[in-house]
Amino acid sequence: MTDAAIIDQAAAKADFFVEQDKFTVRNLDFYYGAFHALTGISVGIKEHHITAFIGPSGCGKSTFLRTLNRMNDLIPGTKVTGKVLLDSQDVYAPGVDPVDLRRRVGMIFQQPNPFPMSVYDNVAFGLRLQGKRKKADLDDLVRDSLERANLWKEVKDILDRNGLALSGGQQQRLCIARTLATDPEVLLMDEPCSAIDPTSVQRIEDLMAKLKDEYTIAIVTHNMQQAARVSDFTAFFLQEEVGEPAVLVEYGRTATIFTNPDDKRTEDYITGRFG
Amino acid sequence: MAPKARTVSNTLAMTLLWTSAIVTVGVLFALIAYVFINGIAQISLDFIFGYPRGLHAEGGIWPTIVASVYVTGLAMLIVTPIGILAAVYLSEYARQGRMVKAIRFAADSLAAIPSIVLGLFGLALFVEALGIGFSVLSGALALAFLMLPIVMRTTEEAIRAVPRYIRWGSYGLGATKWQTVSRVVLPAAAPRVLTGLILATGRAVGETAVVIYTMGTMINTPVTPLDPGRSMTVHLYLLSTEGINLQAAYGTALLLMVMILGFNLTARLIVRRSRRLSE
Repeated sequence: MTDAAIIDQAAAKADFFVEQDKFTVRNLDFYYGAFHALTGISVGIKEHHITAFIGPSGCGKSTFLRTLNRMNDLIPGTKVTGKVLLDSQDVYAPGVDPVDLRRRVGMIFQQPNPFPMSVYDNVAFGLRLQGKRKKADLDDLVRDSLERANLWKEVKDILDRNGLALSGGQQQRLCIARTLATDPEVLLMDEPCSAIDPTSVQRIEDLMAKLKDEYTIAIVTHNMQQAARVSDFTAFFLQEEVGEPAVLVEYGRTATIFTNPDDKRTEDYITGRFG
Repeated sequence: MAPKARTVSNTLAMTLLWTSAIVTVGVLFALIAYVFINGIAQISLDFIFGYPRGLHAEGGIWPTIVASVYVTGLAMLIVTPIGILAAVYLSEYARQGRMVKAIRFAADSLAAIPSIVLGLFGLALFVEALGIGFSVLSGALALAFLMLPIVMRTTEEAIRAVPRYIRWGSYGLGATKWQTVSRVVLPAAAPRVLTGLILATGRAVGETAVVIYTMGTMINTPVTPLDPGRSMTVHLYLLSTEGINLQAAYGTALLLMVMILGFNLTARLIVRRSRRLSE
């Protein structure tokens, strides 16, 4: 089967699911300058579910994640073709302000990146951007966000301490709280657990399970066990030849992908034969 | 190489390295000790807070301390916004290309201009052409030229040292470019920017050639920015070259060194504290 046929099949399958798409991606190609990084990506990201992107290093899964909230716009010389629809509205259409898009589609990064300011100010940052200034409102929202990120108990007495003084796992949950505070519809998580300790990983996974009722979550992960544990849907990316663009090999329910994948390459990757 | 030759070359290299290290540190200590020994007898409350009296400038040096602090403070007020805005523009907004390289090169060249030339320029432009006269303002404007490249380049480096992923965090929350720069990048860069400002201030406090041409040599306590004044460095220069009062010259030198040392220690402290936090 050719790649194009596989993609069509994946797209057809994506349409078949009864779950509602939050994001629908059609035939996306991505370029870093002259380097063609991704080709023919078609996938749906289901509302109120967790979708995991897996694949070996350098297969473009983080790049793909960043096309969803146009973070790649910040890298000079990048180009996107194809369609990325958020609630059936094209996010690359002229007139769409990436700033507005990013308020709806929050992002958690691999490296916990609290701002060098107090815990409180970190969480209030996005709220202040949205023009919320009243102390009492901010207090409530900061507390609420920290509670939802399972961090309140640990930081309630040190809200004025610098966010960088927290442990790595706490910093990551602070970043999640900071994003939740701005009330996004989607959370994009780019390997959120790869730079923190195992206990914190557990906490963040528990948190994700709790959050998916309210949010749509897409997570890039290196860790297949993590993908199997937390996600409802899984997309497997692969760059088969160096210098060639990566493709979406297979997309489906996580249980199916991990137990009975359609594609030989998915099976080889899942069973640890490469990657 | 034979083992013996190797041992010899090794010993030779070590000796050379040690000697240069000892010479460097030794010169510094000798200098400080010399000024300290000669100046410490002078230091008293009256010397710091008193006025010069009589033909031999007995008494204190208070007006010169005021003039020095005044002119440096004013120069800092002038240079801080300009230097920081220029750096923000160059590192965040300008299209990186030949123009930006040219501006950086110009800033580096400005830093390399001998200070006495800057003084002469200040005399021609501010004192005479613009008619401001010998004054704290003329001195501050000329000193701003001296400080600008330092402040600009350290700010640029401070901004560049802010990790990309911290900016991304801000953009990811739906911040605009200006919001990211003003609320995240600049606060994150602030400790290093402050360090640059303090180092530039240290340079300016110790500067003689620029201020002698622009602020004059009159011993008075400047009140408005248009008053002339004599900086500590100029006072020191006049007392010693004209052999008026060498003791007072050493006392002034000691105070000046303590002030500059204070600036540098503050700068180091800020850097160390911020580094500890970010690690």
